[in-house]
Amino acid sequence: MSAQDASQSTAQDTQATAHRWPLWEVFVRSNRGLSHVHAGSLHAPDASMALRNARDLYTRRNEGVSIWVVPSEAIAASDPDSKGSFFESPQGKDYRHATYYTKSEGVKHL
Amino acid sequence: MAQNSEPNSSGASIKSVSSAASGKAVLDGLTPDPVQLAGQEHFDAVLAKDSRVEPKDWMPDAYRRSLVRQISQHAHSEIIGMQPEANWITRAPSLKRKSILMAKVQDEAGHGLYLYSAAETLGTTRDEMMDALVAGKARYSSIFNYPTVTWADMGAIGWMVDGAAICNQVPLCRASYGPYGRAMVRVCKEESFHQRQGFEILLELANGTAEQRAMAQDAVNRWYAPSLMMFGPPDDDSPNSKQSMAWNIKRFSNDELRSRFVGMLVEQVKVLGLTLPDDQVRFNEESKTWEHGPLDWDEFKEVLAGRGPCNAQRLERRRTAHEEGAWVREAAVAYHQKQQDKQKAAA
Repeated sequence: MSAQDASQSTAQDTQATAHRWPLWEVFVRSNRGLSHVHAGSLHAPDASMALRNARDLYTRRNEGVSIWVVPSEAIAASDPDSKGSFFESPQGKDYRHATYYTKSEGVKHL
Repeated sequence: MAQNSEPNSSGASIKSVSSAASGKAVLDGLTPDPVQLAGQEHFDAVLAKDSRVEPKDWMPDAYRRSLVRQISQHAHSEIIGMQPEANWITRAPSLKRKSILMAKVQDEAGHGLYLYSAAETLGTTRDEMMDALVAGKARYSSIFNYPTVTWADMGAIGWMVDGAAICNQVPLCRASYGPYGRAMVRVCKEESFHQRQGFEILLELANGTAEQRAMAQDAVNRWYAPSLMMFGPPDDDSPNSKQSMAWNIKRFSNDELRSRFVGMLVEQVKVLGLTLPDDQVRFNEESKTWEHGPLDWDEFKEVLAGRGPCNAQRLERRRTAHEEGAWVREAAVAYHQKQQDKQKAAA
């Protein structure tokens, strides 16, 4: 670490008033048999405290039977600006949907 | 309104493309940046479809600023709003009422946290918002600067203050900014318990002794006008409303929501067997809206400007609580450090 980097991080630490805890994304499974669904986010120093905070914040009314917490930084997201090209491949491929096949309409159990 | 904290356009937790784009656009003030133009076009199309804007989307700086202002003020209101009710936790008339009140105050803290999280997705840190609040630079709903002098105030706050909040918040579930709408859905689900428990407190008092009944009526009298003013200034004196509605953040005007709320109170107060302290309440057949007597907007502005009955006390309490809680935050960090050291030693 260069001297400049060191001085910068010290400045940042002071500004953070010592409690800028990392951000965690919270996923809650509402019932057995269902997936975990994103509920929101919170700050906590580590994973075990993030879990406890998530329980207090997102399951005060029995909303869940299981919780995941994931560091927000660990989530890789698709680029919002490339949404056109990124999701282009399924465009014009209606034949991937059952509704494309109309000739079988009226045939039972199909 | 300009007093509030400004968004950190560099972005804290969300390393959004949008902030980079808006940064670039400033480099050359004359030629519009192509990234910004494309962003604006996409943003306009999203609003036209009544779809939702998500954190990493490009958005106009003014939209971002407006949202940070509104969401953080909303969060602060929830946090400061714990105080008037916490005032009665130790003196609740029964263990049942005490448990209910504690659950409600805990919910308010939760609502504040949902909202701070939503505001953080716009690139403003929790610390910045918290600092603005304790420094007296941020605003919160003026209603929480009124004192809670009797137990009946717990009833009137639940019924009228939370009732007004619900009227305001239900349409906000459809706000164009995704994280804000989602936070409001969560808040609204929990808020109806708040209103019902308040109504029940008043109903029990209204059916109690003559003194209890008088206490209930007195609380309704004092909270009526402040709760009507929670919807904000009249439409012709609400400069931010129009833009906010054009952005699909706000769905109904202040006066529309206020009128709707008065209509609800009129029916509900009959069940309580109490009266509203307003002899000018009437349904206007022509406009199909509820009308009410004049409100003291000078008082509203005074309270908002920090000169209400409890402003200083509320901020001082918030500041003290933050300082007195410092050891808990430090202990959490120390615990984390210790766990890490243990793991390292084991490995």
